[in-house]
Amino acid sequence: MVNTKHIVLLALVAIIAILPLVIYSGLGEDEGYFGGSDDAAGEAIEETGYEPWFSSIWEPPSGEIESLLFALQAAIGAIIIGYVLGYYMGQDSMKGKESEK
Amino acid sequence: MHIMEGFLPWEWCLLWYLVAIPVVAYGVIRIKKITDENPESKPLLAVSGAFMFILSSLKLPSVTGSCSHPTGNGLGAVLFGPAVTSVLAAIVLVFQALLLAHGGLTTLGANIFSMGIVGPVAAWLVYKGIKKIGWGSSVGIFFAALLGDWLTYVTTATQLSLAFPIPTFGEAFVKFMVIFAYTQVPLAIAEGLLTVVIFEYIMKLRPDILRKLKVIGSEDVEKVEEKAPEVA
Repeated sequence: MVNTKHIVLLALVAIIAILPLVIYSGLGEDEGYFGGSDDAAGEAIEETGYEPWFSSIWEPPSGEIESLLFALQAAIGAIIIGYVLGYYMGQDSMKGKESEK
Repeated sequence: MHIMEGFLPWEWCLLWYLVAIPVVAYGVIRIKKITDENPESKPLLAVSGAFMFILSSLKLPSVTGSCSHPTGNGLGAVLFGPAVTSVLAAIVLVFQALLLAHGGLTTLGANIFSMGIVGPVAAWLVYKGIKKIGWGSSVGIFFAALLGDWLTYVTTATQLSLAFPIPTFGEAFVKFMVIFAYTQVPLAIAEGLLTVVIFEYIMKLRPDILRKLKVIGSEDVEKVEEKAPEVA
C-alpha cells in the first residue's frame, strides 16, 4: 500500500504549508502576518463604515476553547475516514486471501 | 471564505438563503435516491463529509502572509454531485457558525452558496470535462478540487463586492480578491494534491462503487485490475 507517488504528493503539500513560515520567519501576528483572511475581509468591510447588525450567538470564550473545538472538528473527520478506508482495506486483503485458497 | 456573522446587509442574507435552500433541499432528495439505489455508497458519503470537516478546519499559512483554509468540497462534488455536496457543506458551516463563531447564521446562505454550490458545481463540471477529453481520473480530480476550492473564494469576494460596492464594484472586487483569491492559490493546489491521494485510495479499494456512481467508466476499472498483479 506504500505508494511513492502519494508520498511525493503529501510532501508537496507539506512544502506548500511550510514555505510561508520560512519566508516570513520571525514575523508574527503583531507585524500583521498570519492573520485569517476572513478577519481581513471583516476589517475591510468595517473600514467602509458598515456596522455588523448581528453578532454570533455564542463565541468560544478563549483561544484555547477555540482550538479545542477545531481539533474536535478535525478529529471527527479523521476518525470517519480512517474507519471507512481501514474497513475497505481489510475487506480487500480478505478477498485476496480467499482467492489464494 | 466565511463571511462573518452580521457582515452582510439583511437583504443579501435573504437573497443567498433563497438561492441556497432549494439546492440543499434537492441535495437531501438526491442523498435519499443515491443511498437507496446504492446502499454501499453510504460510507463514501460519510468520507466526503468527513474530508470536508478536516480540510475546512486546517487553517494554513499562505505565501501572501495570511492564513486561510481549504474547503474539501471537490471530493464530494465528484463522487456525488454538487447538490449532495451542498448538504455536506451546510452541515460543516452550521457546526462552525454555532461552535466556532466562524461564519454565522445570518450569512449561512451566502456561505453555502460559495462553498456548497459554486465550488462544487465548478469541480463537478471540470471533472466531467476532463474525463470527456480522455484525460485520467487523477488529473480530473486534481483540477476539480483545485478549482472547487479557488472558485469558492472568488465567489466570497464577489458576494462581498456586490454587498459593499464602495467606491465601485470593480475596486471593491479587486480589494476582496487580494484578500481571498491570492492567498488561496497555493492552498487550492494543496487541496488538489490531497484530494488526489484520497481519491486514488478509494479507486484502488472500491472501484466497484465509483463505477456504480458513474464517477469512473469501466475502462478505468480494467486499468486498476490490470495493475493489481504488479502491486501484489
